[in-house]
Amino acid sequence: MQVKNENWKPLIVAFCCNWCSYAGADLAGTNRLNYPADVKIIRVPCSCRVNPMFILRAFQRGADGVIVCGCHPGDCHYTSGNYYARRRMTLLFSMLDYLGIEKGRTRVEWVSAAEGQKFAETMNSFVETITSLGENKRLEDLRCKTE
Amino acid sequence: MQRIGVFVCWCGSNIAGTVDVKKVAETLGHEPGVVFSTDYQYMCSQSGQDLVKDSIRTYNLTGVVICSCSPRMHENTFRKAAASVGLNPYMVEIANIREQVSWIHKDMETATEKAIILGRAAIAKVHLNAPLIAGETPVTKRALVIGGGIAGIQTALDIAEAGFEVDIVEKSPTIGGKMAQIDKTFPTLDCAACILTPKMVEASQQENINIYAFSEVDEVKGFVGNFTVKIRRKARYVKEELCTGCGLCTEKCPQKKVPDEFNLGLSNRRAIYIPFAQAVPKVATIDPNYCTMLKTGKCGVCSKVCGVKAIDYTQKDEIVERKYGAIVVATGFEPIKVDKFEEFAYAQSPDVVTSLEYERLMNAAGPTGGTLLRPSDKTHPHTIVFVQCVGSRCDEKSEKGKPYCSKVCCMYTAKHAMLTREKYPDTEVYVFYIDVRTPGKNFDEFYRRAVEHYGVHYVKGMVGKVTPENGKLKVQASDLLDNRQLHIDADMVVLAAAIEPDKSARPLATMLTASMDTNDFFTEAHPKLRPVESPTAGVFLSGMCQGPKDIPETVSQASACAAKVIGLLVKDKLVGNPCVAHSDEMMCNGCSQCQNVCPYGAITYTEKEFRMPDRTTAVRRVAQVNPAVCQGCGACTVTCPSGAMDLFGFSNNQIMAEVDAICK
Amino acid sequence: MQDRMIARAKELLADGTVDRVMGWKKGEFLYDATPAVFYSAEELDAGFVMNAFTAANVSKYLIKETKKEGKILAFLKPCDSFSFRQLMNEHRVDRDKVYIVGIPSWGKADMEKIRQKGITGITSIEEREGDFVVNTILRETHVIKKYDVYLEKCKNCKSKEIVVYDELLDGENGAAVTNSRFDEVAKLEAMTPDERFAFWQNELSRCIRCNACRNVCPACTCEKCVFDNPKSGLENKAAATSFEENMFHIIRAFHVAGRCTDCGECSRVCPQHIPLHLLNRKFIKDMNELYGDFQAGEAEQQRHPVTSYRTDDAEPGVIYTRGGTGK
Repeated sequence: MQVKNENWKPLIVAFCCNWCSYAGADLAGTNRLNYPADVKIIRVPCSCRVNPMFILRAFQRGADGVIVCGCHPGDCHYTSGNYYARRRMTLLFSMLDYLGIEKGRTRVEWVSAAEGQKFAETMNSFVETITSLGENKRLEDLRCKTE
Repeated sequence: MQRIGVFVCWCGSNIAGTVDVKKVAETLGHEPGVVFSTDYQYMCSQSGQDLVKDSIRTYNLTGVVICSCSPRMHENTFRKAAASVGLNPYMVEIANIREQVSWIHKDMETATEKAIILGRAAIAKVHLNAPLIAGETPVTKRALVIGGGIAGIQTALDIAEAGFEVDIVEKSPTIGGKMAQIDKTFPTLDCAACILTPKMVEASQQENINIYAFSEVDEVKGFVGNFTVKIRRKARYVKEELCTGCGLCTEKCPQKKVPDEFNLGLSNRRAIYIPFAQAVPKVATIDPNYCTMLKTGKCGVCSKVCGVKAIDYTQKDEIVERKYGAIVVATGFEPIKVDKFEEFAYAQSPDVVTSLEYERLMNAAGPTGGTLLRPSDKTHPHTIVFVQCVGSRCDEKSEKGKPYCSKVCCMYTAKHAMLTREKYPDTEVYVFYIDVRTPGKNFDEFYRRAVEHYGVHYVKGMVGKVTPENGKLKVQASDLLDNRQLHIDADMVVLAAAIEPDKSARPLATMLTASMDTNDFFTEAHPKLRPVESPTAGVFLSGMCQGPKDIPETVSQASACAAKVIGLLVKDKLVGNPCVAHSDEMMCNGCSQCQNVCPYGAITYTEKEFRMPDRTTAVRRVAQVNPAVCQGCGACTVTCPSGAMDLFGFSNNQIMAEVDAICK
Repeated sequence: MQDRMIARAKELLADGTVDRVMGWKKGEFLYDATPAVFYSAEELDAGFVMNAFTAANVSKYLIKETKKEGKILAFLKPCDSFSFRQLMNEHRVDRDKVYIVGIPSWGKADMEKIRQKGITGITSIEEREGDFVVNTILRETHVIKKYDVYLEKCKNCKSKEIVVYDELLDGENGAAVTNSRFDEVAKLEAMTPDERFAFWQNELSRCIRCNACRNVCPACTCEKCVFDNPKSGLENKAAATSFEENMFHIIRAFHVAGRCTDCGECSRVCPQHIPLHLLNRKFIKDMNELYGDFQAGEAEQQRHPVTSYRTDDAEPGVIYTRGGTGK
């Protein structure tokens, strides 16, 4: 079993919608706006494609924080996807909080294709939050770490 | 097991400057399923693409991972390259190691490590990729326009002139819509009939246009390019093809006491009628609610006087089924009912009228022949109070009014005030307003002319109460700028009633599975970038059905809408996006949750017979996705509790494989 | 009431309205009545039972029953009727194939709680205003306060209204009742995250993944459950470490969110006495607070709070700024 040490770096999964947030991340790159390498982006067509299952899965496999990014409400490429995502994530986050998972391990942020700056700032601040929360021990399934 | 090739791009020094591309290629080469791994300076260049193509052939690759710039840049480039050598383009995945790695990380070790992880995630996804084939559907080259007002007419004319057939379905006996009832138009003050009726005639004479007047849409089936629509041609009790519109019957009909809808009940018509002189088609219609012959079987005057034997008392509704490639919604608006606003005494006094009624009272073809007479005693009014925003800009929770600005009232009220003052300079005109909104070409100048040249009294404030008393209307109002109460003895009060979508819009939206907002206006596919399309593919929006707008805006939208329709009809086939949702029928519960969240109406249900494990058969309700309509957002996939609904290209397992690869 | 139900069932069988009856069947003991289908007057006489222990929600059984030929008579208690109405909303039952007789329910008894009072060997249980009167094989008669031995779901009953029926056994319908069913959720919300974590670890770690909660739940009616489906990537039966159970219960609660009528069957059947209803009620409470009051199954509903939205909904961040800090 792998034991985490002081060299621990947070592992963060970011789900980004293809039309706004993923493009926002691209813009952050184009503008060379730095954010920690701990953030790994998964591209989804829309924030409404993010199944709570994916988020739990990430935590189970050892992610320390999960962030979902989508178009701003009202700007969804599919008109209503992010509205559904907003409700689902609100309820899921509330449930995780209710189960005693530290507040702040999950986040939703609306980032448009023009907001490269916001994307980088969001990721910097999220990494900071997760770093201060420390390792995710409450949702991790240790069996997944035995390789 | 897939045979995967990994191609790591240097992007010159853009990537290679920060990422150890050799190490990435080397490390990813050891991943399970990877049979070939290499790096190259510019993978998107012709020689880079050739490298990919050659490797696909040489190593019999079934999957390709390109570690390069954002997929938003070159995903299509590499998909095309793969397709050119026979590999399904959807077997290509991109790991974004430029925008997400080399451009934002400075430390070579960190960047290389992250590049490897992103590469692994892409490999994990490709393992689960399956070849996808974009569906093709043919296009029926005919459009349906629902609603024959100025919006519908303009859209139909533009489509027809581009060479495509168009059917207009209009629920009333004639096309023309609300614009036909209007007297003059702002800001030019040219007469509405003079500019509208030639268009109506043009529509009737355009050989590509077919008008189904006095008809309604009963059923819509199908999807973009392939709609089948049932149109109900309501019984006129007059043979449309025989009637010459001579109007003799409408003069001889003994039933004279029928409120005339065209004049909003301000005058009467006969039981057999032609709505107005320039009606298109100019055909008589019998109103079965008033016709003595239809009600009691005794009369038959119209039949006797008709020289062409067009009257047919036994006529029945007829259903016509037609196929269309595109459907345009142009159902327009109606003013809200103002009797709910008891403070304005609309129901108590005939001299309190709506603005549209005022239009008719001013109109030369109206009930008073264009002389402004107040409805109660047919005398000339000397003091007229206009009240703006009646039912517009109300509180969100208001049950009587609407939260939105109806947009056209400020301008038409200025028009009414101006025309009244011009024709009858002895009339005092007051306009009570919350704000005066005049954004539009020559609009503010127009409004200022009303105030400055015509001496219209504009008062900021709302009318509190209108009380009919001794033949006058006592108007109590507040002047907010002077902070005082006003008492005006008016002869007439004109209410600028808010507009709302036509009542027929809601059931139509259900038939079309087109979405609407809470006020029953149709929603656009995108509020900024696709304003004339509905999110439901193949359904387009023209005019007031999408939101309040004036005539020039309506006409521009109508033409824009036609352009979009033409763009669709000109295609012989529609090539779909293969990354669409699909449902596993064996797992589907038929619970309709996916259907409820689908913004495109792409999901339908069928009853299907299944053989069960115990060898019995059972009929189950299962979801079916129409790939031609689905846009691939994935809202349904998360709503589906059983996981029956999944998305090609972004499947549950693919995304979880990416999660796993990243979290390893 | 049992006699009247049997009599009515016989009439409906005799006049051909239905060809079978969904009800509860006597078990080995008085308290283990289970849902069952009766095909004849004789079977009804022999086994049909209605007493303070017939708590099981029969609505879920009607999914399969209405796929069969013929019409079935179902006696629905108020809470069962909510579940049935919800299943109608989801097109899971064929309303035309069920003849529903609504029956009142004034609360069912929890055998565990009676046992805890030292009472065993029950031979009969009668309902009286506010009390259960219990006779035992030892010829003892105990009078127990109903409230003390109610099942959790009855203690926090939300409604006595039967929301779907063809006829009412008593001729009149009940109404919604005031309840304090969210109190326990609120109590948990008021704890610190650490306390809540400890609470749920203690509860959920007892889970043995017997799937009883899922199998009894009228909202868990998937043709194939994701947890049984090797293709879903979630299939896992054995309890190895704690997270698996957390994940199972979170996902299950999420899957039924907006559809759960709060019938309380999950907690009633849990052999480990895990208060599973507190997960579902948390979602219900959140949805009520954030998106407006909503009761699944109450009426014909196309959409529920998770399949609808308002453009001015609260942002997910609201979760981190409201309550639940332990203060």
